[in-house]
Amino acid sequence: MIGTWNLVRLALRRDRIILPIWVLALVGITASTTTALEELYSSPESRKLLGITANSNAAFLSMLGPLHDSSTLGGLLAWRWGVFAALFAGIMSLLLVTRHTRAEEETGRLELISATVVGRHASLAAAIIVAAGANVLIGLLIAGLLLGKGLPAQGVLAFASSIVVTGLVFTGASALTAQLSENSRTANSMAGALLGAAYVVRGAGDSAGDNGPEWLTWVSPLGWAEQVRAFAGDRYWVFAIPLAVFVLTIAAAAVIVTKRDVGLALLPTRLGPARGASSLRSPFALAWRLQRGTLIGWTIGLFIVGVVYGSVAGAVGDMVRDNPALAKIVNEIGGEGGVTDAFIATVTQIMGLIGSVYLVQSTLRMRSEETSLRAEPVLATRVTRVGWVASHAVFPLVGGAVVLAAGGLGFGLLHGARENDLGGVVPKLIGASLAQLPAAWVVAGVALALFGLFPQLTGVSWAVLATSLLVTLLGPALQLDQWVLDIVPYTHIPKLPGASWTFEPFLWLTGVAVLLLAAGFIGFRRRDLTT
Amino acid sequence: MTYAISVSGLVKTFGPTRALDGLDLTVRTGEVHGFLGPNGAGKSTTIRVLLGLLRADEGTARLLGGDPWRDTAALHRRLAYVPGDVSLWPNLTGGEVIDLLGRLRGGLNEKRRADLLERFELDPRKKGRTYSKGNRQKVALVAALSSDVELLILDEPTSGLDPLMEAVFQDCINEERERGRTVLLSSHILAEVEALCDRVSIIRTGKIVETGTLSELRHLTRTSIAAELASSPNGLSAMPGVHDLVAEGNRVRFEVDSDQLDDVLKQLVASGVRTLTSQPPTLEELFLRHYEDAK
Repeated sequence: MIGTWNLVRLALRRDRIILPIWVLALVGITASTTTALEELYSSPESRKLLGITANSNAAFLSMLGPLHDSSTLGGLLAWRWGVFAALFAGIMSLLLVTRHTRAEEETGRLELISATVVGRHASLAAAIIVAAGANVLIGLLIAGLLLGKGLPAQGVLAFASSIVVTGLVFTGASALTAQLSENSRTANSMAGALLGAAYVVRGAGDSAGDNGPEWLTWVSPLGWAEQVRAFAGDRYWVFAIPLAVFVLTIAAAAVIVTKRDVGLALLPTRLGPARGASSLRSPFALAWRLQRGTLIGWTIGLFIVGVVYGSVAGAVGDMVRDNPALAKIVNEIGGEGGVTDAFIATVTQIMGLIGSVYLVQSTLRMRSEETSLRAEPVLATRVTRVGWVASHAVFPLVGGAVVLAAGGLGFGLLHGARENDLGGVVPKLIGASLAQLPAAWVVAGVALALFGLFPQLTGVSWAVLATSLLVTLLGPALQLDQWVLDIVPYTHIPKLPGASWTFEPFLWLTGVAVLLLAAGFIGFRRRDLTT
Repeated sequence: MTYAISVSGLVKTFGPTRALDGLDLTVRTGEVHGFLGPNGAGKSTTIRVLLGLLRADEGTARLLGGDPWRDTAALHRRLAYVPGDVSLWPNLTGGEVIDLLGRLRGGLNEKRRADLLERFELDPRKKGRTYSKGNRQKVALVAALSSDVELLILDEPTSGLDPLMEAVFQDCINEERERGRTVLLSSHILAEVEALCDRVSIIRTGKIVETGTLSELRHLTRTSIAAELASSPNGLSAMPGVHDLVAEGNRVRFEVDSDQLDDVLKQLVASGVRTLTSQPPTLEELFLRHYEDAK
């Protein structure tokens, strides 16, 4: 452990920009959400109505979890923002830990540091301290903010802690995945898959209804954050589960560190082929080798997301049928037969947003090829700049369609089987899911344009995606101005299958995407390679 | 005389840094040309401009008769490149990388591929992430040397190789010369350049400061002389071209500019020479002199 504090200081120095952004973003969104909820639901009647809608709508339930107490501002906040705040704390934690452990080891920088007076566990300990510290800081700031707004201290403590402990669980999870793979990308993907699964599984549990697998919520770290029931019972004992998981995972990671060599991992590497397959002869063949794992992973992942949502879509209709009062409310919102359609539209939009992460990730692969100096030898052959970009751009453009279609297929198969109409439902849902593609292309286009024109700023693509995500998911509820909503491409996609079909938005969104892509291609053709 | 590479007045800036500052370089077809300079002098930047990876701000560059920025793909069929910092894809084996790069270049010579793998003692089945620096370098070398191309551009290709492999590398380059290929070899290892190169260009802070054959450059250098004379030396210290003279009785040690050697030796003979050792100038001295002047 010697040298841990020096490494902590090094990590803080390296993260001096990104870390404050994470902390301020999470605290800032908490502040604006609280204010918005306070203004939106000022009357007891509106809160009561929201409580009924929120707890009877499977889409809401699977997205946000149950609304345990709609009578207080704290209860509304915990429902509207609790799961997402915990989710973002998880993302921050896993990126931080991988960045300071496996990524350091993979690049060989850790070797440089290990040769100095630094203990075997120092790097892991430093990463955990930084991640845990960031989570605690977020918790403290949020607690201060909410106490300042006059929310009850007991609930504030439960709410803030539920975010912190979720961050800790994924700190531990990524400390472990960093030991499993020699590749930081794989380590991040494994921890990210856990987080994605945690979100989906708790969504399935929350929307399962009394006869369904409600226990699923208890399997998910994000479910634990919900089960604390901040501002609605404040069950502190639930914290024992995530804290135990945190301790166990970091203990396991620490044990593995002592048993393995620097640079190696628990999952062993085997010898591969001595010759390249005869198909390995084009820039696309190389891009396929580099990107296929991610594509396959995302295709399976979104298929599973679709299956999970598809398994509850039918229950939405049942719930309404059994409750005439509710049916009245819902029909006012969505119109005749609109409940299931509204659910489908919400879910396909969520799947479109999730799938967009893949589009950005596969686009930015080009930048990491460039900065790691692996693009250079390829571009020193007869491969042209345009050819090289095109072979990678296939993945966001076509691969993105495959990923989204897989989500629609999973949804359609389950929902269609229940409705006894596979032939009708499956194409309809694949279509609804693919309808999100032009919006996702626009975001991928932004990433490619940045890559071609401002390569140092490609990271901004993630900020663009995160903003789109937040505005699309929370914007309508926060009653943001229409122009804010309009900036985000997903706003313009018709809410299929319920909404009427128009070609226009698809055409012009695709047009915008094409312009952005062209800017990226031309920019890259004209610029220097940089690191 | 045809030139494989001819560059004049090349300027490349990165923000406030002037990485290339009016660089001139000519490489004749069929020669092995040493490109010498310390880290940061601009060797890799020059090579990247020649490969069309960077665009020069000013100046002209011709490569195999074409423009390296505009005719990139056509020119790249005819050359092979070994970067100074070889980074491999973690999931691809060395053998896969060799085949891929060779095919992207337009095909590789199977016999030479097998031969080179054996001579460099490289296991092509290992994944990119498990190779050491030296082995990554070997992967890139095998890929480049087993391609049938006219021009080899090698950027510090032996960094990370052990002395045995360095010897194998030198054999390979001599074979390339016999095949009539042109080689641009950037290096900061003087012994390597002295052993391999027909002509040498020395770069300092983005400019070529010396260029010529090794023997031409040696004219610019000094020979070390140590002699024991019959009588005490006369007038040596006053002679032009004599440096660092140390006289102890009848013994003298000094350095002399190569073009003054004849006159100085006559002066020594006049004093009666008992023993004489002379050390030929090395490139290293020339190199160090250029860089010491800079400080």
